[in-house]
Amino acid sequence: MTESVPPSAPPSAPETVSAAVARAERVRGPWADVWAQFRKHKGAMLALITLGVLALVCLAGPLVWRIDPNFIESDTVKMFKMRNQGPSLAHPLGTDQLGRDMLARMMFGGRISLAVGTVAMLVAIFIGTTVGVIAGYFRRLDGLLMRLTDLFLALPLLPLLLVMMFLFRDSIASTLGPRLGTFLLIVLAIGLTSWMQAARVVRGEVLALKEREFVLAARSIGTPSRRIITRHILPNVLSPVLVAATLGIAAAIITESVLSFLGLGFPPDFPTWGRLLYDGIAEIRTYPERVMWPGIAISLTVLSVNYIGDGLRDALDPRIRGR
Amino acid sequence: MLSFTIRRLLAAIPTLLLISLVIFLLVDLAPGSPLSDIPLTVPPEVRQKMLAAMGADQPVMVRYVLWLKQFFWIEPLYGIDALFGTDFAQGAQRIISWQSKVPVFQIIGERLPQTLTVVGTAYLIGVLIALPIGIYSAYRQYSWFDQAGTFFAMAGFSVPTFFTGNILILIFAVNLGWFPTIYDTNLTVTDWASMKAMLLQMALPVTVLALFNAAEISRYTRSSVLENLGQDYVRTARAKGMGEGKVLLKHVLRNSLIPVVTVIALGLPTVFGGAIVTEQIFKINGIGAALIGAINVSDLPTVQTITFIFAVLIVMFNLIADILYGILDPRIRYD
Repeated sequence: MTESVPPSAPPSAPETVSAAVARAERVRGPWADVWAQFRKHKGAMLALITLGVLALVCLAGPLVWRIDPNFIESDTVKMFKMRNQGPSLAHPLGTDQLGRDMLARMMFGGRISLAVGTVAMLVAIFIGTTVGVIAGYFRRLDGLLMRLTDLFLALPLLPLLLVMMFLFRDSIASTLGPRLGTFLLIVLAIGLTSWMQAARVVRGEVLALKEREFVLAARSIGTPSRRIITRHILPNVLSPVLVAATLGIAAAIITESVLSFLGLGFPPDFPTWGRLLYDGIAEIRTYPERVMWPGIAISLTVLSVNYIGDGLRDALDPRIRGR
Repeated sequence: MLSFTIRRLLAAIPTLLLISLVIFLLVDLAPGSPLSDIPLTVPPEVRQKMLAAMGADQPVMVRYVLWLKQFFWIEPLYGIDALFGTDFAQGAQRIISWQSKVPVFQIIGERLPQTLTVVGTAYLIGVLIALPIGIYSAYRQYSWFDQAGTFFAMAGFSVPTFFTGNILILIFAVNLGWFPTIYDTNLTVTDWASMKAMLLQMALPVTVLALFNAAEISRYTRSSVLENLGQDYVRTARAKGMGEGKVLLKHVLRNSLIPVVTVIALGLPTVFGGAIVTEQIFKINGIGAALIGAINVSDLPTVQTITFIFAVLIVMFNLIADILYGILDPRIRYD
């Protein structure tokens, strides 16, 4: 770790003071401070490890566990024997009602759930930051954009998401294929309905930043607005955006699983954790583990992401840092 | 204050109009027509007449304006008629569900009591759980109680309700048999036995929703109390020898509940949205179930009306939260 170099240690070789200071600063940049504060948050560290393990299993697991998650035994007699098995060495999490391996399906589903969460968050953050920066920086557009944000905040989002899924699922699936089509639709729908918080936070930050001396200085030497935004404004709104992004992943994963639970999410041959849970509920009385595994996976992931967001918020807040 | 309220009410009108337009146009894109359950053997000119009779052959803007008129003018008239036995509406065309061919507001009237009983009770219990937890967590910051409360709140909004709901059903309804698995909408409370049955069937859905709501509100309460505990007036109160209980419950609590009350008001409409999932888990025949049912058969008037009612609730409670804030906090001056 960077902290293992004590900044006050006397340099062993003859070294100028300025070089030592420069080295210390290079070693301990602002991100090292954030990391040092983040590591003090025990819950967040535990969450980071949990999420890391979960993501690793989902991403690298299929390289080791090479069973096709959609493999159904073509021989009917064999297929019937394969159905609804309990945990065994061949299938550590058992098999489902069509004899598909649950471990493989869980790993596959985890990939999609995490991908949906990440991409939907990126969409939401992109829209939110853009709207927030433009509203905060250009006074002429502020009223209009904030009115738009308020309008979106007043929309009943879950019913509208359901309506959007219902409306466009078939048409987009027929043009782009059911997998890519549903993925794009869900990601865009969630992104389009969850950017408002980020926009508000970013706008507030930009409004304050715009009056600061370094922005004034940049403007006085004739820097165009575009460059002021990319060089001076955006790096300074990074921390609230990071926190919003982390919490956004959690919200997107939950929303996707709610859509899947209500039967308006992914098709069954392209499972997410939410879809697996939905499929398991039909037989929850005989095979409760088929609901437990995806449910635990969703809960653990979202809990971890929320804890990481909490830790990040503390770590990125300079008022708390260093206490 | 009054002029602020009036100003906000007036400002809410264009917002609602815009939202209604967005909802109407979006839903109107849906495939499906009011005649989808009419046999194909019906000749096309008859179909055309049926469409014309329902007003579904008009251009979309005409239908939108008609729907607006029905929503804001004709349906309230019917409501007044039903309440006072008058006849203002005089048989004007109401918003008719394509699925069941009865007025949408009649469906909502039938479904709303179930939703309100469960959601209302759950929200009330959620608030009652959340306030003490939040206050004590803040008072004993970083104690084990606070840590446990933080974990409880984190878990509360991280574990999806459809997971907790089904697990609770499995444990308490299927394995232990304490509660029924399905909510019986036809049950009316007449005596103690039916009262007990009602409480039993409400227990699980209310628990799920209450825990979910309590999680968020307890966080807000905690941070609000924490903020107030550091204020000068708390030190003054302690310095003049006031007891801790009085400082906390009288001085700090009153001040810190101001933002919490607005959060509670703001959260109420989203609870209706969240109830869609809970109603699906416990098979409660409420307004959320009506919406899902209508979406699945593309019953557009019902979807449009229920979605718009949700929007009206959100705008209304935003307004209520703002006004409450102004009334409760004398430092806030809107005028």
